[in-house]
Amino acid sequence: MAMADATEQDVAVGETTDKRGRLVTSDGTPLRRALERSMRRRKLTAFALVAPLLAFILIFFAFPIAQMMWRSVDNPQVVNALPQTLEALQGWDGRELPGEAVYAALHADMMADQERPRREQKIGPLGIRLNYELSAARSAISRTSRNVAGFEAPYKDAFMEAHRLWGQPELWRIIQREGRPLTMSYYIAALDREYDEFGNIVKRPENRQIYVNLFGRTLALSVAITAMTFLLGFPIAYYLSILPMRYANLLMIAVLLPFWTSLLVRTSAWIVLLQQQGVINSLLVNIGVISDDGRLSLIYNQTGTIIAMTHILLPFMVLPLYSVMRTIPPSYMRAAKSLGATPTTAFRRVYFPQTLPGIGAGGVLVFIISIGYYITPALVGGQSGRMISNEIARHIQQSLNWGLAAALGSMLLVGVLILYWLYNRLVGTDSLKFG
Amino acid sequence: MSMPAYYTTKDKIWHYAFRVICYSIFFFLLAPILIMIPLSFNAQPFFTFTREMLTLNPEGFSLRWYEDFLSSASWRRSIQNSFIIGIAATLVSTTLGTLAALGLSRSEMPYKGLIMGLLISPMIVPLIISAAGMFFFFSSINIAGTYLGVILAHAALGVPFVVITVTATLVGFDHSLTRAAANLGASPTRTFFKITMPLILPGVISGALFAFITSFDEIVVVLFVAGVEQRTIPREMWSGIREDISPTILAVATILVLISIALLTVVELLRRRGERLRGLTPQ
Repeated sequence: MAMADATEQDVAVGETTDKRGRLVTSDGTPLRRALERSMRRRKLTAFALVAPLLAFILIFFAFPIAQMMWRSVDNPQVVNALPQTLEALQGWDGRELPGEAVYAALHADMMADQERPRREQKIGPLGIRLNYELSAARSAISRTSRNVAGFEAPYKDAFMEAHRLWGQPELWRIIQREGRPLTMSYYIAALDREYDEFGNIVKRPENRQIYVNLFGRTLALSVAITAMTFLLGFPIAYYLSILPMRYANLLMIAVLLPFWTSLLVRTSAWIVLLQQQGVINSLLVNIGVISDDGRLSLIYNQTGTIIAMTHILLPFMVLPLYSVMRTIPPSYMRAAKSLGATPTTAFRRVYFPQTLPGIGAGGVLVFIISIGYYITPALVGGQSGRMISNEIARHIQQSLNWGLAAALGSMLLVGVLILYWLYNRLVGTDSLKFG
Repeated sequence: MSMPAYYTTKDKIWHYAFRVICYSIFFFLLAPILIMIPLSFNAQPFFTFTREMLTLNPEGFSLRWYEDFLSSASWRRSIQNSFIIGIAATLVSTTLGTLAALGLSRSEMPYKGLIMGLLISPMIVPLIISAAGMFFFFSSINIAGTYLGVILAHAALGVPFVVITVTATLVGFDHSLTRAAANLGASPTRTFFKITMPLILPGVISGALFAFITSFDEIVVVLFVAGVEQRTIPREMWSGIREDISPTILAVATILVLISIALLTVVELLRRRGERLRGLTPQ
């Protein structure tokens, strides 16, 4: 309809036909071309309205994330620092120690680095990079590079004397393997794998497997939180949907107030309630359910994370459920009962299936939010309630292994985007509403 | 809802049990937030009700945590920062977001789904990932640890809320009104300010409120991108909780709860007004 109106506005009226029988406008342009031009102009206007925001989001949101994901495969350090060594290493079989030529090339690379201005030196970053693969590599690099100016041929002995790691093929294998501009090693580490001496990817020893377990725990906690929000959200959404609008709107405040209250406020509320000297424990001690030294540890563990996050995410389950339940006519249940169904059967066979879109929408929403949650687990989760986001933050802020943080983050992001795609298939973004 | 006369005893028990369950869940939702209000008047540095408080002895109550909050320089600066950053970010995201929503709701807009998906992505991507990405990027262009950096970051996070809310308002928009204005000789700009703007204003304002509350409540990006100078209220609360947890947190929390009650009321009123203006019956 809008299209038809557009043509009347933009194309002069009173068209006739040209010699070849095509419709033309009053100034003689073929009607088809005039329409196409007007359509293009309108497309451009629409696009021009969107363009500023699109550019803003691309520059300040999409690009930074793409750049961060790039860090998970970006591997410039070895290539930049040791060009001659890498060339000399070509063809090395990775079994015995490389020959004197390689050590001489390493010496040349290190000497070349010291010529560079301080800010452009490459050996420092090289040490940090190699340390991710082999602890002590950093000290080997830095100690050697401090003394390298005094080294005399044969260099092999000089290097082996400077640090024991130069006498081990392992460090050389890592240099050879990481001497490429792109690497998979961060992803391999993020999946709790490592290279063995033959260059095969194998599982890490049991005590150094962290991330797969952490992903598993994050998933398990998210499933638990989603299930809890469903168990608590379904009854109240149903109750709100059968109440008259006036009362429902009033009770809705109980759902919306937490939704609108600062996240930090809700998290600190749970700290106040759940800690050992907090309200719940004191209440239980006072009424004599538990003794004073038997206070429950409800916080700084998984219990704390689950309770606080269920409370925080419950509105995200109730709101979509409620909007679906409002549209289910009560006459369906009455019809089922009048046809002889027991209340349970009527609920199970008639009512429940109609709420499935709401359950799907709320469930996926809660799951997506909880899987990437950072603040609440960090504050109330303790050790056992930590999630993958906390590990990403730790690698960015403390261990400074940004490549690994990027690899973990990219895996999380891909997971969330798949879930979001599913959510879109299920309900469509149009149904997202707030308040 | 009154009970039908034909209810059996079993039905009656279930009827009441169901209500008890529901009200317990409502209690679970509200109690943690409301319980902080009386606790914030505690005269003692504890997180429980003291004997004096339970017996309503006036000596058990005090305003010392509110005084503490208002007299502390770092809390005062955080309030100032929260408002500066929140308002600036809201202006950016509301202006750009409203324009974009106008474009997106035109039928001839190309690649609508793709662009909409991209504009909504700040709401979907886990905050830790946005924060990490922005931290690296903003450091490389030297705006990490500046107001500009935090404002731009928060503006990006507020965009989806503005776009979604304003687009939703435009769905019910009667386009014959703008055509009538154009027909009567108004320029596109005049049509926008005289016809379109007043009609979509409730949507724009509630979008802006969402954007503001997003920034006002945001902490993950602040943790990564802001410096000491840009600490906002949530950032101060974060250190308060992590380092020395004192009932001052509860005083701040109480004030924030009151602010959210005010905002909730405004949004609800706007929603009803918007529906009335667009000729829908208010619900």
